Order: sequence, then structure tokens, then C-alpha cells
Amino acid sequence: MTTRNDQIERYTGSQRAAHWVSAISFILLALSGLALFHPAMAWLANLLGGGQWNRILHPFIGVLWFLVFARFALPLMGSNVITGGDLKWLAQVRRVLAHDASGIPPVGRYNGGQKVLYWVLLLGMLVLLASGVVIWEPYFADRFPVDLRRIAVLAHAVTAWGLILSIIVHVTASVWTAGSLTAMVRGKVSRAWAKHHHPGWYREVG
Amino acid sequence: MALQSLDIERRSATTVPPPGVRTPAQVAKLIDISKCIGCKACQAACLEWNDLRDEVGVCHGTYDNPTDLSAKSWTVMRFHEAQTADGRLEWHIRKDGCMHCADPGCLKACPSPGAIVQYANGIVDFHSEHCIGCGYCLMGCPFHIPRLSQEDHRAYKCTLCSDRVAVGLEPACVKSCPTGCIGFGSKEDMVHVAAGRVAELKERGFAHAGLYDPQGVGGTHVMYVLPHADQPELYSGLPKDPTISPWVQLWKGIAKPIGLAAIGLAALGGFLFYVKSGPEEVHEESEAGPGGPAGPGGAQPPTGGR
Ligand code: HEM
Ligand code: SF4
Ligand code: SF4
Repeated sequence: MTTRNDQIERYTGSQRAAHWVSAISFILLALSGLALFHPAMAWLANLLGGGQWNRILHPFIGVLWFLVFARFALPLMGSNVITGGDLKWLAQVRRVLAHDASGIPPVGRYNGGQKVLYWVLLLGMLVLLASGVVIWEPYFADRFPVDLRRIAVLAHAVTAWGLILSIIVHVTASVWTAGSLTAMVRGKVSRAWAKHHHPGWYREVG
Repeated sequence: MALQSLDIERRSATTVPPPGVRTPAQVAKLIDISKCIGCKACQAACLEWNDLRDEVGVCHGTYDNPTDLSAKSWTVMRFHEAQTADGRLEWHIRKDGCMHCADPGCLKACPSPGAIVQYANGIVDFHSEHCIGCGYCLMGCPFHIPRLSQEDHRAYKCTLCSDRVAVGLEPACVKSCPTGCIGFGSKEDMVHVAAGRVAELKERGFAHAGLYDPQGVGGTHVMYVLPHADQPELYSGLPKDPTISPWVQLWKGIAKPIGLAAIGLAALGGFLFYVKSGPEEVHEESEAGPGGPAGPGGAQPPTGGR
């Protein structure tokens, strides 16, 4: 018996906008970056208008992503502090994935997996910005010693796959968890969803 | 700029074999530093043949002019004065420019298909129409040679006059040199010529004279005869044992297949997991009652969700 009153707000309109702007720019960054990373992916450069445009646009989209994602994520830091319960949740994650929830500690606004993703993204964002600036032609790269640029481009590539892998997990989990996508598209979740997935949060806001 | 008469040995960011049925001789340029008088005829010939007009700079109090390579100066003479053990002056003048490595770091690093090629005769050439201006070749090169143009955002360096060589001419610098300091021919011949010259220099008291053909980059198609081959750094920082940086090797070596495979497998794994396990659904009826949260040990204990 779900009525309109049973909906709880999970994300405000501006949070949702920020999430999707950063999601779309992340996808463009991943595709334009992969075009440079491996010859088998070089054809992806056409997406942004060919090799030169791919090279020119990638870092600017990167800065946009950084700003929008930081604006979205930093205010959520308080809800993402990892607790003992989260570690237990993480230790039991196999059971969660098998739809078997018995004996798993209650989850607050975010579960252990979401919190790990949060910190991975935050750290990765800083590494990508710093290393990206160091290799950014023609504006900044020639100000840095060549060995630093070599390390930066490797760090950039490796961090990029780290984040791409994390985002694949994130997308899989949010599609798998029915109702999550609606939360990010419409901003609201049902009481049942909140009680089931995030009882600690439900207790606070419900 | 592709020259049909020059077959290609390697092509940047390309995973299939480039055209290569012909077997041309390996060419090389030999720069005999002991014969160079620093006249810069070769610098002028390079600008002339390649229609380059670099900005006129200012005198920095040395003979180096311009003081560094640029997108429009593909070769420069580097002057260095040293004092020998017995107090005499020795002037080391080195014609700097692309070494045309057998294992070119620039080509290894380049992400744009066909922007850098290595011809079967050994010349490493930039095909600027495919260049995207990323600057990766600057990171790949162990000799600090390529330069990005601030005008058209493409990388440039010495072509070893691939256009002249393709039609049987020597490079412009070779043709212009008044002392015969720069030789050009098959790599085999140039190694032979160098051996004769090194023996002469040894006779004249340069005990450590030798050929600079660094094996760390597989040998080069521009080689130097050095009077002090034991100290190449003397000649304005010529590296003693150049190799492609280990960072670049890692980045352009195992990182590429591992990264791509990891991403592909993760995407496949995520999809298969979803297909096999089905979505995690909440049963509205069982939980939507007016009571408090189910909490641990409730009818439907909490599980994961993102
Ligand atoms: C935070 C802001 C970012 C900046 C300033 C930035 C900047 C750059 C720059 C300057 C390059 C060199 C090529 C070029 O000039 O276009 C590059 C390459 C690359 N970027 Fe980014 N980037 C950022 C974010 C990202 C993100 C979020 C991803 C992945 C999802 C990513 C993935 C890549 C990849 C894979 C490469 C190619 C590395 C290689 O060639 O191995 N970047 N980035
Ligand atoms: S010297 Fe540098 S630019 Fe020339 S072939 Fe070697 S790596 Fe490439
Ligand atoms: S600047 Fe041009 S030649 Fe150099 S690595 Fe990038 S695409 Fe290749």
C-alpha cells in the first residue's frame, strides 16, 4: 500500500542535476581518455570530433567534472564516515549480493560499499586533477620536469581505470537495487525501500 | 607526407603490421664531432630545405643561437668549453637533433595512429597531419628532442630529410657541411667509416675516442664520433646510457593490455551478475506498514543498495 505520502526525499533537485552532469561528463572523460590510452580504442576519439578535438576537450570536461562532482560530494562527507558496522557489512557483502540479509548490521544513509566508493572517487578525483594539469598541453605541461610528467601520465591512466572500474560496480549495484535509479532521477524513495535498504537513515528522516 | 617509396617498419598507435614488403638498406648519419668547426652551415641548410623561419632571437653571450631546439629549429649547435688536465682549452661543439632511434620512445608514446612512423630504412618521421598535439612524444623521447608548436599545436623534429632520402639525395645538412664532418650512407658503411676515424683519433692521443650508437635504444640512425666517448655528458649533456624511461615502458607496456582487460571484464562481470542474480526488490506490502523501522532481526532485515 504505497501512497504519495509514503515517498521520502533522498536527493534534492540540485543534487540530482549535479549527479547527472558529473555522470555524463565522467562518461565522456572515460571514452575520450580511453581513446588516448589504447590503440584499440583510438576510434573513440571521433566521439568528440576527432583526435585534436578529443585532446583539446578532455581536460576542460575534466575540470567541469571536478567542480560539479566536488560540489555534489563534499556536503555528503558526514554521511560517509566509515564505522565498525560498515566493516561488518563489507565482510558480509557476499550474503548481501545473494539476497540473504540475515545477520547483517543495519545501514544508515549509505552502506559500507557506497562509503568505500565515495572515498575512492574523492581520492581519485584529486589525483586525476593534479596529474591531468601536469600533462595538460599546451598550457601547463612545459612548466613541469619531464620525469614528473611521465609519472603523472601513468598515475592518471591507472587512476582512471580505478575509477572506471568503481563506476562499473556503482552502475551495476544501482541497477540491481531496484528503486535506486528512481531515487536519483525523481529524488524520492518509498518508505519500504528506505526501511529495507537504509533503516538507520529511515529512522532519522522517516 | 607519406612517401609510397618508403616502406614503414612501425606506426604509432597501430596494432596491425604496416606496409613493408620492400627491404631497403638501413641508413645513418655520422656526425664527427672532432671535425666540426661550429659554422652552423647545417643549421642554415635545415631551415632552407624545410622552409623554416624561426624567430630571430637575441645573443645570450654564447655562440648557441638559437639556444635551444624549437618547433622551427630542428637542429642546433651546442657549444661547450672545457679545460684539459694540462690546462689547454677544448671546445666541444655538438650538432643536436633527433637521433632516429631504432627503438624510438616518441613513437612508443604517441597515442595517435600514424602520427609517428619509422620507415624501413630507419628514419623516424612525424606525420603532422595526424598529430593531435598531446605532447606524449616529448615524454617518450630519451633525448629531449620533439617540440610542440604553439602556432598549430603539433610536434616537430628533424626528419632526417626523409623526402630527400626517398629520392636518393643526402640530408640537407650533410650536403652543406664544409668540413666533411657529417657523413651519410648505409648504417653499415657509417659504422665502418667511424671505426677508421676512431683509430686515427686514438693515435692522436684521444685514448677514449669512440662511436656513439647507444644500444639502450637499439642503436641510432644518427651517430657521433666522440673524442671522449667515455664521457658523452661533456658534449652538452649527451646521455651516457639513454633508454626509454621505465615509467614510459610501464605506461605503454603492460599497463595498456591489463587496463583494457580489467575494464572489459568488469563490465561483462557486472552484466552477467545482474542477469544471473536478478534485481534486489523491496516487497512493498510486507514493509510499508505504519510501524517503525524493521531494524536488525526484523521481518526483512536491511541489505545493500546504492
Ligand atoms: C579531473 C580533471 C581531468 C583533467 C584536468 C584531465 C586531463 C587530462 C589530460 C591533459 C590528458 C592528456 C591528453 C589531453 O591533453 O587531452 C588526459 C588523458 C587521459 N585522461 Fe584525463 N583528465 C581529467 C579527468 C579524467 C577522468 C575523470 C578520467 C577517467 C574517467 C580520465 C581519463 C584519462 C585517460 C584514460 C587518459 C589517457 C591516458 C593515457 O594516454 O594513457 N581523465 N587527461
Ligand atoms: S631521438 Fe627522440 S624524437 Fe628522435 S627518434 Fe629517438 S625518441 Fe624519437
Ligand atoms: S604530440 Fe603528436 S606526434 Fe607527439 S605523441 Fe602527440 S600525437 Fe604523437
